[in-house]
Amino acid sequence: MAEPGQYHFVVNFSTFGRNDTGMRIVPFLISLFLTAGLIFCLNRQWDLGDFKKTPVLGSFLSPQHGFWQNAEPVGSDFNGTVHLPGLEGKGDVYFDENLVPHVYAKSEADACYIQGYLHAKFRLWQMEFQTFAAAGRLSEVLGAGKDDVYIRYDRSMRRLGMVTAAEAELAEIEKDSVSKRDCDAYTAGVNAWIDQLKEGDLPLEYKLLNYKPEHWNNLKIALFIKDMAYELAGGDEDFGMTNAKSYFSKQEFGRLFPTVQDSLDPIIPRGTRFPTPSFQPKAPATADSLYFNNPVTVTDREPGAEKSNGSNNWAVSGVKTISHAPILCNDPHLNTTMPSIWYQMQIHTPSYNVYGVSFPGAPFVIIGFNDDCAWGITNAGRDVRDYYSIKFKDDSRREYWFNKEWKTADMRVDTILIRGQQPFYDTVMTTLLGPVMFDPSFTGYSDAASNRSYAVRWKAADPSNEMATFSKFQSMRSYDDYTGALATFNCPGQNFVFANKAGVVAIRQEGEFPGKWKGQGLFVMPGEDSSYAWQGDIDRENNPYMFADSTNRGFVSSANQEPVDTTYPYYLGSDFPIYRGLIINRLLSKMNSITPADMMKMQTNTYDVFAEMARPLLLKYIDRGQLNEKATGYLNTVRQWNLYDNPLEEGPVIFTYWWNQLSKNILDDEYSKASLAMTRPLESTVVEALIRDSAWSFVDNVLTDKKETLTQQVTDAFLKIVPQLQQDEQNDRITWAKNKDTWVRHLLRIPQLSRTHLPIGGGARCINAAKQFHGPSWRMIVHLTNKTEAYGVYPGGQSGNPGSPYYDNFVDYWATGRYYPLWVMGPEEVKDRRVKWIMHFE
Amino acid sequence: MAKLIVSIFLTALLSFVCGLFFPWWTIALAAFVVSVLIPQRPLFAFFSGFIAILLLWGAMVVVIDQLNQSILSAKIAAILPLGGSAYLLIFVTALVGALVGGGAAITASFLKPARQE
Repeated sequence: MAEPGQYHFVVNFSTFGRNDTGMRIVPFLISLFLTAGLIFCLNRQWDLGDFKKTPVLGSFLSPQHGFWQNAEPVGSDFNGTVHLPGLEGKGDVYFDENLVPHVYAKSEADACYIQGYLHAKFRLWQMEFQTFAAAGRLSEVLGAGKDDVYIRYDRSMRRLGMVTAAEAELAEIEKDSVSKRDCDAYTAGVNAWIDQLKEGDLPLEYKLLNYKPEHWNNLKIALFIKDMAYELAGGDEDFGMTNAKSYFSKQEFGRLFPTVQDSLDPIIPRGTRFPTPSFQPKAPATADSLYFNNPVTVTDREPGAEKSNGSNNWAVSGVKTISHAPILCNDPHLNTTMPSIWYQMQIHTPSYNVYGVSFPGAPFVIIGFNDDCAWGITNAGRDVRDYYSIKFKDDSRREYWFNKEWKTADMRVDTILIRGQQPFYDTVMTTLLGPVMFDPSFTGYSDAASNRSYAVRWKAADPSNEMATFSKFQSMRSYDDYTGALATFNCPGQNFVFANKAGVVAIRQEGEFPGKWKGQGLFVMPGEDSSYAWQGDIDRENNPYMFADSTNRGFVSSANQEPVDTTYPYYLGSDFPIYRGLIINRLLSKMNSITPADMMKMQTNTYDVFAEMARPLLLKYIDRGQLNEKATGYLNTVRQWNLYDNPLEEGPVIFTYWWNQLSKNILDDEYSKASLAMTRPLESTVVEALIRDSAWSFVDNVLTDKKETLTQQVTDAFLKIVPQLQQDEQNDRITWAKNKDTWVRHLLRIPQLSRTHLPIGGGARCINAAKQFHGPSWRMIVHLTNKTEAYGVYPGGQSGNPGSPYYDNFVDYWATGRYYPLWVMGPEEVKDRRVKWIMHFE
Repeated sequence: MAKLIVSIFLTALLSFVCGLFFPWWTIALAAFVVSVLIPQRPLFAFFSGFIAILLLWGAMVVVIDQLNQSILSAKIAAILPLGGSAYLLIFVTALVGALVGGGAAITASFLKPARQE
């Protein structure tokens, strides 16, 4: 490089290269080469190995192009005037001190236009990245990844039919003139922002990864909806359950996977009578021989959507509140990411005034309230994705055996662009039962070769328009508005809780659900004829629902548990968590004269019902005689623990280790013997079985000749965890928050852009379901008094820019269980001192 | 001396203007052009390009970082990795630009015949 030291060298020999014009050619060429080389090196990405690359350092460091441009001045001025071509009227956006926009628009389309612009301005990178992921285009941005992980991901998303499903959704959206108008306006708003971007304005992540945003379109909105469907209704255990069914005896299988848990408290209380529906699915005649008793196994591995996506919502009627007005609460549990999946806002138009959180990537407020009512959402978690085993004629997979003849499969070739490599061309077959997800050319995340093929039937692939539901939510007032809005909501099925100022409090599990015969789709099904296909959808009037008022318990709630008891006329599957639902209903039953402050306490409650049930069992069967002094100390700690998963408690750490080790002691022998990926039973199943019968058949370790007792297993488990506890104690990881280590993690999983080691309690089984990378993504409490009183907080901040003070300013509030009052700004309050900045749109 | 100061000033100014409209590496063109227009001995040319960009980039990022209260520089300095030090990141930024500016300026200086010593 041209450093001063080299300079003398260059000068001393410079005259040798002098040409006729007097130019010193050799030193010129040397310094040209060095300078150009330096620029070349600074103008490309360098491979760091381990699938990491540097940014383009020259532009990345440049104060006028690079990340420095993302370093937003603290106290930035967000005032301004924006010219949006095609805006119908003028609009104003009033930002409060948390950078929450209060949008005043002259029409609904204008509101969507401005919302698209704001989403792009503050969250462009995440909206595009998430829709790239949904469309199976991650390799295009991130390259192939370690073990081709991004190619596998992209192939799985495309084979599942994410893009075709989004296209079907888009077709439905565009059939509906209101949805089309609003989506068109939203897209125009996003593009208005993108079109004026200069290199320096690009969000930081584009600079880190060295790429640029493309134009937004309505298909990306549809892709975003399908991404939600994938997250919330794209998980199943069909392969693991198929293997378990084939490995275990019928009795053993029944013990590990009972249909209903003893302690279940369903969304619709037990004993509710359900009408007998006209449509009842019938099991095929061959079900026993070809399905239930057919010992097939699967080696392919499904891409796992987050299985523990859960949520809480509840609403109490006025009979239980101090004000006699309903209170509605919701905290959807999703991956806790930076930037957050939510963007908070108020939208005021001539026909509605709504406040809540929106999805950057889609128009409207998704969870929130308006001047008349409030609504909240939890995942129904119903199984709407099933697999069929397909018999192809030969390796070309052009023809498959169906209904006693060879049928030609539809063939398409997906082009998967890969950064830094040639594209990958994936040939995907589609059968009458659905697209072929796995075949010998694609085994998912498994490295084992397989000669089988499986088609996938997924509810989210059916045409529907979920946007219409949210469009109608913005202005809904009555119960009829609510049911009307839900009539077109198909997938992912949700528990919609509703309360309005007229005093109606209701919950509906809504969606288009296939009516299944008992056990249908629990395992991979035979795909050689239509007899195992879904036979029809459950009539919406048969979807579970209830009201809360003075004639009953006075509240509705849901926490992803089974919606109904076994008297419900349809089969629902069995994979539902039960503990949050139990504690919510227990607390609400006891509460009266409820205030919003009570609800805050409840949403951040960390009581562990599972531990309440499991700890007496553990304490009953431990043989204290085998414990040394240190172990006895740990035992006393867990014995005296108050059952709250609070940040500074040691009890939950000891309990969790102990239970996990016991579960391993009891099940690992059977599961390791099988050498197949098999689904594990729910922890509720195991604890209830052990409470019922200490001699449960799985307690014995089948790998030894002896017969182990529960006392031996419980004691052995405790002795095994003591060394780990001692190590944790030395490393200051024995208190719950430090041990659990909750993060709000950047979407690219870059720790420096994440908020790490948060001092928050709770966990999967608590109402405050903060796990390591997953938890309450938006806590909302709406008190439907005359003038609405509402509170909310989400782990993140309004700006998606890691260089902004608004990137993570809500995180500490969230972690410590505090709330912000949600200010519904009235038109007379434009001069209020809470308005910090005004952006005019014209 | 006057030539050096004028060169530094012009290089910084032209680089700043180029940066508003063109890619980052146009700082090299700016330094090159100024060095052609105001011929100096190679050592002086190098220093005018080097110091011009060192000051320009250094000043810009110091101001940006002050206003930002090092929110972003601390994160980037941890990613790059520079131990999370905003100061080090500011120094590296200014140095990278300075080397490019100095290199471009000295290259241009060789276009003129050397003064006989």
